Amino acid sequence: MMETWWRALTFTLGYNTSLVTVGAMLLAAAAGMVGSFVLLRKRALVSDAISHSTLPGLALAFLVMGVWQGDGRVLPALLAGAAASAALGLWLVQRIGERTRLGEDAAIGAVLSTFFAFGVVLITVIQTLSVRGQSGLTGYLVGATAGMLYSEALLIAACAVGLLLALLVWRRDLLLLCFDADFARTQGFDTGRLDLLLLLLLMAVVVIGLKVTGLILVVALTIIPPVAARFWTDQPMRMVALAALLGALSGYLGVSLSSVREGLPTGPLIVLAAFTLFLVSFLFSPRRGVLASLLAYRRLRQRVHLRQGLLALGRDEPIFDGLTLKLLQRRGHVRRDGVATPAGLAAARDAEHEERLWALYRRRYPDDALHREHAGLTPIGQVLSADAIMALEAELPPTETAR
Amino acid sequence: MPDSRLGKAVIASPLAIQGLTVSYDHRPVVHSVDFITPPGSMSAIIGPNGAGKSTLLKAALGITRRLSGEVRVFGRPLEQETRHLAFVPQRSSVDWDFPARVIDVVGMGLYRDLRWWQFGSRQLRRRAMESLARVGMEGFAERQIGQLSGGQQQRVFLARALVQEADLTILDEPFAGVDAATEAAIIEVLKSLRDEGRTLLCVHHDLATVRDYFDHVLLMNVRRIVAGPVDEAFTEENLQATYGGRLSPVQLARLVESPRAGRRVEAGQR
Repeated sequence: MMETWWRALTFTLGYNTSLVTVGAMLLAAAAGMVGSFVLLRKRALVSDAISHSTLPGLALAFLVMGVWQGDGRVLPALLAGAAASAALGLWLVQRIGERTRLGEDAAIGAVLSTFFAFGVVLITVIQTLSVRGQSGLTGYLVGATAGMLYSEALLIAACAVGLLLALLVWRRDLLLLCFDADFARTQGFDTGRLDLLLLLLLMAVVVIGLKVTGLILVVALTIIPPVAARFWTDQPMRMVALAALLGALSGYLGVSLSSVREGLPTGPLIVLAAFTLFLVSFLFSPRRGVLASLLAYRRLRQRVHLRQGLLALGRDEPIFDGLTLKLLQRRGHVRRDGVATPAGLAAARDAEHEERLWALYRRRYPDDALHREHAGLTPIGQVLSADAIMALEAELPPTETAR
Repeated sequence: MPDSRLGKAVIASPLAIQGLTVSYDHRPVVHSVDFITPPGSMSAIIGPNGAGKSTLLKAALGITRRLSGEVRVFGRPLEQETRHLAFVPQRSSVDWDFPARVIDVVGMGLYRDLRWWQFGSRQLRRRAMESLARVGMEGFAERQIGQLSGGQQQRVFLARALVQEADLTILDEPFAGVDAATEAAIIEVLKSLRDEGRTLLCVHHDLATVRDYFDHVLLMNVRRIVAGPVDEAFTEENLQATYGGRLSPVQLARLVESPRAGRRVEAGQR
């Protein structure tokens, strides 16, 4: 089993599987990019509306092709049908939002469930008919890459490449739209058209992704990779690029895993792979990860306690706080019975001196002091240059320095 | 070419608003307002809350749809001449947790000059850094925008407008919720722009500083009450008409008292 997976990972499981893997990776990359913009535009739910409203169109297209050609499984026709009904769904969401006082989320909820219900009814009807290939239709619910034809994989890959190119061309316009649409308008950008473009790109990703992840899960590809990418960077274009990369990685892992055994569902595996990447980002990102902020919090707490303890020592006040005492003891500033050591007294004097320097600095340069992070807690030597400290020292009132 | 039937003042003005009306839900919030921004002026739009000041600006800039009226930039329709305008929106209009650094936001002011195959250039970065230096934020270029204080955010927005080197800079309440130091720094930059011959138009809230900061005012409350040089238009009577008796006589008297001698001298030096 491990060996099959290894062969899938190294693209040696046959030409067809390799093409499917590459296609899924390209698609997931495009989904990650489109999803980043949609997420930054705060319309992540729209992808849910799009994906669910593809179902009736998909089923109808299947019926039409089945009656006309004898077999409903014609990918281009199915995708066209899906796109048409998704467009109708989107249009309805848009109209409900404009014409009533309902929020977009309410409109999405109403349209999404209605379209999906209609689609499920159609599929149930199809199951009772004697059209060939009807069982393949459920593959669009959770994704099925196993039996994918060469031409289908090629179509998906080509569309994904087209999407990636479009995103490259419009990346700055879309970014401006997401950050500050009003400003974009004053710059002569047509924000209405850009919003439409973003929706069309999203729709294209969702429709192309139907065969790979299925319509219920394609949403995950537009949301999870961007959210994971957000953990690693504060730069907009980097986030978009990273989302594409994480998406591609999920596609790679998911498709290769699903080829390990007959019948493993591709869509759920891709989503689980994406979620794993998200989990890693969430826990271990050095910027916003849970672990990093926990460590930062502990460091800050220690620093505050240590400083407060030293100042108390300097003023000869008793210390009752357990953590403060522990920190002071560990550094040899106080003895076990709580009495200050000579080193502790020296450190206390240093702390007091620094506190006075900071106070003076805040008085002299209130503006700059505001800009400094953790003002007063970082050692002043790490924040100000040596000559700036000298200048401050010279200004300290002599009575205080003499002590 | 500008339409020859237009008045001279309209052709010279970087933003001439005529008969502008905007409505929300069939109720006009701005009704038939005219304002010809004098070139090289520092103008304030003043009025009570809900008077439609920001709406007027947004409609004039094409952000909000207008029901009727014309907006001309140097005598030409706005749509062809967005290049002459720079806009500083209200700080609260964007999400400051957006993944962007200060330099990224300032760079957005240059997006329309970049084609898709370009990945930015050293020259553009230099321009962005220069604008940041002008608002005293050059040390913050790499900072995530969410870590900035309100005043710093406002300065970043101002820098984004500066980088465009526009003839007219339009600001929507630039002093709302900023500290005194930032207010002073911003007004300094605005005055330096005016001294370069550029025009400024602000929605302004603080009546007490109108005389210090501006030379022209538009008083409005849905409709235009009066517009003109501060000395002529910013009078007790006009303020009373604008605020509909919401200002106490004492407040009014203090606001419209003639400028102190020191300020006169300062103004005379320019």
